[in-house]
Amino acid sequence: MTGLLPVLTANWGDDRAWTLAAYTARGGYQALDQALAMTPDEVVETVKASGLRGRGGAGFPTGTKWSFIPQDNPNPTYLVVNADESEPGTCKDIPLMMASPHTLVEGVIISSYAIRAHRAFIYVRGEVLHVIRRLQAAVREAYAAGHLGTDIHGSGYDLDVVVHAGAGAYICGEETALLDSLEGRRGQPRLRPPFPAVAGLYASPTVINNAESIATVPSIITNGADWFAGLGTEKSNGVGIFSLSGHVTRPGQYEAPLGITLRELIDLAGGVREGHELKFWTPGGSSTPLFTAEHLDVPLDFESVAAAGSMLGTRALQIFDETVCVVRAVLRWTEFYKHESCGKCTPCREGTYWLAQVLSRLENGQGSEADLDLLLDQCDNILGRAFCALGDGATSPITSSITYFRQEYVDHLTHGGCPFDRAASTLFGGVPA
Amino acid sequence: MSERSERTIQHGIGEKTYDELREIAARYPQPRSGLLPMLHLVQSEEGRLTPEGITACAEVLGLTEAEVSGVATFYTMYKRHPVGDYLVGVCTNTLCAVMGGDAIFERLQEHLGVGNDETTADGKITLEHVECNAACDYAPVVMVNWEFNDFQTPASAVELVDRLRAGEEVSATRGARICSWRQAERVLAGFEDGRVDEGPAAGPASLAGLRVVAAGGLEPASPGGSAGSTTQSGSTSGGGRA
Repeated sequence: MTGLLPVLTANWGDDRAWTLAAYTARGGYQALDQALAMTPDEVVETVKASGLRGRGGAGFPTGTKWSFIPQDNPNPTYLVVNADESEPGTCKDIPLMMASPHTLVEGVIISSYAIRAHRAFIYVRGEVLHVIRRLQAAVREAYAAGHLGTDIHGSGYDLDVVVHAGAGAYICGEETALLDSLEGRRGQPRLRPPFPAVAGLYASPTVINNAESIATVPSIITNGADWFAGLGTEKSNGVGIFSLSGHVTRPGQYEAPLGITLRELIDLAGGVREGHELKFWTPGGSSTPLFTAEHLDVPLDFESVAAAGSMLGTRALQIFDETVCVVRAVLRWTEFYKHESCGKCTPCREGTYWLAQVLSRLENGQGSEADLDLLLDQCDNILGRAFCALGDGATSPITSSITYFRQEYVDHLTHGGCPFDRAASTLFGGVPA
Repeated sequence: MSERSERTIQHGIGEKTYDELREIAARYPQPRSGLLPMLHLVQSEEGRLTPEGITACAEVLGLTEAEVSGVATFYTMYKRHPVGDYLVGVCTNTLCAVMGGDAIFERLQEHLGVGNDETTADGKITLEHVECNAACDYAPVVMVNWEFNDFQTPASAVELVDRLRAGEEVSATRGARICSWRQAERVLAGFEDGRVDEGPAAGPASLAGLRVVAAGGLEPASPGGSAGSTTQSGSTSGGGRA
């Protein structure tokens, strides 16, 4: 039985947790002192040894990413934090930055020191006004306290941080699209290689990490690489924030070692909505193939989820009970991908429009069963052929839902439309009369 | 509508705004990086992206107007039509839609007599549906000027917009007192507004896991039976983290 282990979330309930005073009272910015007493390479090695893997979905080892920064490049090195949290279902970085922005800021300073950067940017999505206020104030307070600016803590190390608000574009969560956006351009992904470590922001060496990854760094410095590596599973180390939403009794943020199962998490959350049962769920956001009740005991780590046919992604566990029409759910996600496709590559730009058209026809009970094969064929022409992961992600809910719920699509055709009562799935209409 | 048009003329792009646009550009190693926040500032001043605002950004950055427009049209937060005092965004991505977002959006359209991306005749409310706003554990969510209004129902959403239209001061359920859309855009441009200390650190859903642990329900994880000591060391020395 894996239980909860609050690390990043531990101080969220503190009085005025967002302030420097509250954070410092908890021992905040002591990890920074520890890190500054180490060499940058030692910090990189510590993060490598901890086994921390990117918390933005891909799970690439963070320390390894840092070590790709070339030391002989004449251009300055940059750290960019990806706080553009927009993947449907994902809702961990936003509460983190609202409650404890200093955790992220301290992580930014330590990480920048490790990669020898003197400029860092926190790219936060624009649609979260109060979170942006909290970040701005945290950076201001950190400057005033000498945690940022010149000669930080008397170490001789200088760092400037800018909080940068985006303007509404899911694609900017893709790291190279984010870099284009941060350069004041349309947010469209870049061809890789060259990777950002070699030619990132302003074609200079750049590390770009998810906000939760960077916020985890201070705890690794404080508690040691062995502590982190000893948590979780063999290849998926440490703790992560699991976000439960939808039809559970107590939706919310549950921080636990990787490898916890959905069955355990749902128990902690008070069970599936009373009187109902689990129908389908996403392990890591809408771009990760759907799971069903048969996957309740899959350990939520990178390897186990992949072996079961999906992806751990951002641990965005959207829970849907038996009142929810899977066709409606999938169509809505598909409309999202269609809206958010940046238009750069043909498979995604055109393909997401085709997918939405065919799905929409099916949801209305029109078309024929052959449309299911058409959908799968369209997915086959997008997956692996799109310029970035957005196109691939768009196919995930479709192919997985046809695998597990093919009959439900057919039912729409025989029923002449959606057989579900929409009111039954709502927060306010779901109570049996 | 005419009242707002007058306000737009009153503000315009003056010298002070040009100075602030230059100030934004100067935050970055390369000035063009400031373009997104600069466009937010233009919206704050003009109530939308105006041709004058596009020109101002282009002048400050040494770009053509076409280059600036090409960027602006890519992002959904930039508006070409005047936005009301309150931009009400109902999340209708899958999870919120299922939990009631669709019903809320339908009710608000009826109640306000406007469709998607339209503004009430009094210029108070612009209604739109938005994509996932990273608050799924609070579904259904209604954003007002990008502040979180959690666990909404059709009735609560109607009450929310009615209070806003009546000029009442309304606090977001997880955020500050709701300011005007223009004021919000100024914060997004990087200028603080003094409301940071309003509202909670975290809402109830954000604290759900912590509450389970506080209730003593479950001991922390113990991989390999050694986590007891490591957890302890975390709790004594972890800077706000353990």
